[in-house]
Amino acid sequence: MTIDWSHFTPWASLAGGLLLGLASALFILLNGRILGISGILGGLIPPKRHDAIWRLAFLAGLFASPWIYKALAPTSLLTAARIDASVLLLIIAGLLVGIGTRYGAGCTSGHGVCGLARLSPRSLVATLAFMGAGFAVVFVARHLF
Amino acid sequence: MHRLSEFIVGLLFGLGLLLSGMTDPGKVLGFLDLFGQWDPSLAFVMGGAILVGFFAFALAKKRTTSFLGGALRLPTSNVIDKRLVIGGLLFGAGWGLAGFCPGPALVSMAAGQEKALIFVAAMLVGMVVFELITWRAAVIRSVDFDNASPLRRGSSARFDRDKT
Repeated sequence: MTIDWSHFTPWASLAGGLLLGLASALFILLNGRILGISGILGGLIPPKRHDAIWRLAFLAGLFASPWIYKALAPTSLLTAARIDASVLLLIIAGLLVGIGTRYGAGCTSGHGVCGLARLSPRSLVATLAFMGAGFAVVFVARHLF
Repeated sequence: MHRLSEFIVGLLFGLGLLLSGMTDPGKVLGFLDLFGQWDPSLAFVMGGAILVGFFAFALAKKRTTSFLGGALRLPTSNVIDKRLVIGGLLFGAGWGLAGFCPGPALVSMAAGQEKALIFVAAMLVGMVVFELITWRAAVIRSVDFDNASPLRRGSSARFDRDKT
């Protein structure tokens, strides 16, 4: 293992992480809900009466974020996203993420942040599973092929 | 008031994803590439988020209502089963293939990234497939238990939708 110093951004990542934690904290304390993206989105399939509106309000804020970020952030923090995956790979990956997050009842936010923060053994197992699979897939894709 | 707070929380969460680098699949894959040129940044994202969350959930566990006055819905499930692990493994495999998890994919789509739109469309199809599979499983179960009254199928087809 060697550290990729050229891409390492400890301070921006820590600050971003604190913001993610703050959002999760506000959501449980103000709205009484777990901030889990796959659960919030998946609950709209199919949409249910009196249940869809809070999900849509949250998603509206999420969708507004890149535009507000572009307007506020200094140019040094506006880095271009590197999306190397082909269209076919994106489709396969999207299907796996969609089925997997619903089947395992959570993703990086619900299990990885909220679950670990409330010391849930169930979320720890889920996080180890998706982290492990992520490490394994990248290892195979980058070092075996 | 609830709608405003949900909007602001969504906004803050999106800003956190953008600032942390989670919306850059190249950076995510750099973190998952433990045996190559490793970028440890995402450990700082998780660390910062869990640190703040830890105190919030410690406080939340002592309450039954939220500060805006609704029910405080902490997950009750402690079940660690095959379903949890297989779901996690499938999700992790998809995450490792493209470098997108659901939140950053939605933010990138909203920013106008075409590739993120393709990913999100496939992810939604995956979620629909999940609903169909669990719905079908619930129908089959209900028929097994009570094959005398097929009319009950519709009402018993609701599968538990536990979150997290």
